[in-house]
Amino acid sequence: MLKCRTVWKKLAPLARSSSTVCRQNVRRAVLNNGRTPAQVPAAHMSTGPAGGGRENQLYALLVGAACLGGGIYVCTSIHLLWIALTTDEPVEAAPVEAAPVVEEAAEQPAAAVVEETEPAAAVVEETEPAAAVVEETEPAAAVVEETEPAAAVVEETEPAAAVVEETEPAAAVVEETEQPAPPVAEEAAEQPAAAVVEEGKTCKHRGDVAPVASKIPSHARYLLIGGGTASFAAARSIRARDPGARVLIVTDEPDLPYMRPPLSKELWFSDDPSVTETLRFKQWNGKERSIYFQPPSFYINPEELNSAENGGVAVLTGKKVVHMDVRGNKVKLDDDTEIAYDKCLIATGGVPRNLQVIERAGEEVMSKTTLFRKIEDFKLLDKVSRNIKSVTIIGGGFLGSELACALGRRSAESDLEVIQMFPEKGNMGKVLPEYLSNWTTEKVKKEGVKIISEALVKSVVAKDDKLEILLKDGRLVKTDHIVAAVGLEPNVDLAKSAGLEVDSDFGGYRVNAELQARSNIWVAGDAACFYDIRLGRRRVEHHDHAVVSGRLAGENMTGASKPYWHQSMFWSDLGPDVGYEAIGIVDSSLPTVGVFAKATAKDTPKAATEKSGTGIRSESETEDTAVSPVASSTPAPPTVGHKDDYGKGVIFYLRDKVVVGIILWNVFNRMPIARKIIKDGEEHADLNEVAKLFNIHED
Amino acid sequence: MSYCRQEGKDRIIFVTKEEHESPSNAELIADDPNDPYEEQGLILPSGDINWNCPCLGGMASGPCGSQFKEAFSCFHYSKEEVKGSECIDYFRNMQECMQKYPELYPQEEENSAQTESSSEPESAAPAEGSASPPENDSSPGTSTAEPTSPTDSQTAS
Repeated sequence: MLKCRTVWKKLAPLARSSSTVCRQNVRRAVLNNGRTPAQVPAAHMSTGPAGGGRENQLYALLVGAACLGGGIYVCTSIHLLWIALTTDEPVEAAPVEAAPVVEEAAEQPAAAVVEETEPAAAVVEETEPAAAVVEETEPAAAVVEETEPAAAVVEETEPAAAVVEETEPAAAVVEETEQPAPPVAEEAAEQPAAAVVEEGKTCKHRGDVAPVASKIPSHARYLLIGGGTASFAAARSIRARDPGARVLIVTDEPDLPYMRPPLSKELWFSDDPSVTETLRFKQWNGKERSIYFQPPSFYINPEELNSAENGGVAVLTGKKVVHMDVRGNKVKLDDDTEIAYDKCLIATGGVPRNLQVIERAGEEVMSKTTLFRKIEDFKLLDKVSRNIKSVTIIGGGFLGSELACALGRRSAESDLEVIQMFPEKGNMGKVLPEYLSNWTTEKVKKEGVKIISEALVKSVVAKDDKLEILLKDGRLVKTDHIVAAVGLEPNVDLAKSAGLEVDSDFGGYRVNAELQARSNIWVAGDAACFYDIRLGRRRVEHHDHAVVSGRLAGENMTGASKPYWHQSMFWSDLGPDVGYEAIGIVDSSLPTVGVFAKATAKDTPKAATEKSGTGIRSESETEDTAVSPVASSTPAPPTVGHKDDYGKGVIFYLRDKVVVGIILWNVFNRMPIARKIIKDGEEHADLNEVAKLFNIHED
Repeated sequence: MSYCRQEGKDRIIFVTKEEHESPSNAELIADDPNDPYEEQGLILPSGDINWNCPCLGGMASGPCGSQFKEAFSCFHYSKEEVKGSECIDYFRNMQECMQKYPELYPQEEENSAQTESSSEPESAAPAEGSASPPENDSSPGTSTAEPTSPTDSQTAS
């Protein structure tokens, strides 16, 4: 079993990168909401005696319920193999003979066999010793021994097989393994052969484009425009379904694909002073990871894309696609290089919007304004916020509120003044119903943020080394730096040259339910305005949506023909009292029904956080004592009954009496239930009864 | 005691634990196990492997994806009495590939592995071959499971 473990460990790191894994943050782990309610189809922890059987139990033991079925599967097989190899009986693939082997193994030497894990490790771990071990089992040894030289020999001689390998490896393999004959040698032979053929092809390609720098492949079977989460998810999906796939990602960012949520979340709460360099953060499970989905060694060099034996994912950084020729199935880069594609994904995301009054305000104002989206923006804001006295965040949505809380925490340690202003009455006013928005605003204030609500910016001027923000109602705010978090403009630059439709209501490329814009073109992530069969036409700007839609696009680019079906979700945390996950359409203009647990002091998340001693904010920061004139002029939010504590609950958003959106408020790990209710799309007579399904009183 | 309040279009209900202890009478539509669009587990209803299962954690799409798929397919479709007995070369290929990417497939120190392995049921392995085909593994990935499982054995990079 040692072997199993070893293999599993190797598989594990890749499991991490299934990107939604990172969605739980540190605090969530602190709250320890690990238990899935009974209603959830026992997803990963199927240790129950009923269905699971040994595999699952073993699995749970091994993995602690990570859902890497493959891990155990592989383990099992290796283990069996090992049993086979270590018995004295001849094993050479003769079915009839093999049976007694197992039997025997189970009876007498069994204990010994299973116990002695050491040699097993050796077998598969290092290939050389493996051969040695195998040799001991005489007949089998012969077979295995032979394969290597065989491979060497056939390598040069069998180009025919190469074709098969190149196009449909999965199918081919399956077919072959079915035969009891020695497929091994054949298989081994195929791969090098494939390489040979490929190389020939590459030469031809290079010949074609001889004058152009050979660094950029002139053709990519799968071309993904944009280097964000949606692109990476699509690359994963394509590679999984078409294992030899050659995927080229072209991004104008200088970085390999990375996840953005930590830039406004976890990275700000890191204890490591060098976090802006390491870009590592603690996940919900306490483990640290990088914001990069994969290290550079995961990718292949673009110039090797078409020659690599098993294909791979290559990233062309710092290059922008400026023109798209749909008829010719090719694109042009900003350096005039052309790349032809077979299948193309547009995942260009968007650019942060700015306020017109800031754009018009001149260079000095602009130089003191951050539009936050990328790694460099995080680095810059981190640096700037250490050297100034006052920062003002404009915008009350996800990004603005998260950054306000993050910077607010810093204000407790330094004398940084953090102001957040927005046109709505409270934080997340476009998402949360008003009472909850107000309640949240109070919590954000406790994070050291001075809130200026119902604020419409009239003008911004640079004066005496400061910025002066004048509001339409006459209020004046002086600050050193502005962070404008006022939404995203989907990047549809290619629409014109490609002749693609842009949605006039939501923005973004208009695609069908399968995320397809044209025959060979799909769109995913922020830039996609897609048709959701359940909820209608939408465009969604969230990390998990990039994962879900990128994945779906990848599937469809490899022939799946699947509609958008699995609803994406999103999450946000604002200080220690407010953490929520949501799914569907959560728009505060819709009627809502919120069902909240009458909470006792001990089961608020804050209490849980403090109890565990790992709260992400210091306890010293309460309402700021030095009340600025600005903050004091903040209109008091409509008084909500003091006794009302919206500690934990579930909020349903209704459209035509049907639930179209759900927020899980300080209630975690119930998303499958929420997803199910959205999927059903039924009218429920009593939503309190539906709320019962969520066990909001439980952890 | 629960109480309700209406604020404009928004309804607010506070409930006690006791009130929510009675079974819900909300009706959910029974799931179609053969929904072709639903996210599937590791093993598809057809018996084939779902290579895009998130439960594989990118194994099938990584640099050793081809080798992984060969090995895994070989085992999955193995008709040998000792299931997978013909697959050792595929597994070796996979291992060889993985060794080329230590950063992506970190080598595990044997010590920690040993200690942990002692907790595993020792009687488990021998009977596995014949009795329960590992198809059961499909359950981990099935349904809409959010990947929230504690992945203890995972290292950061």
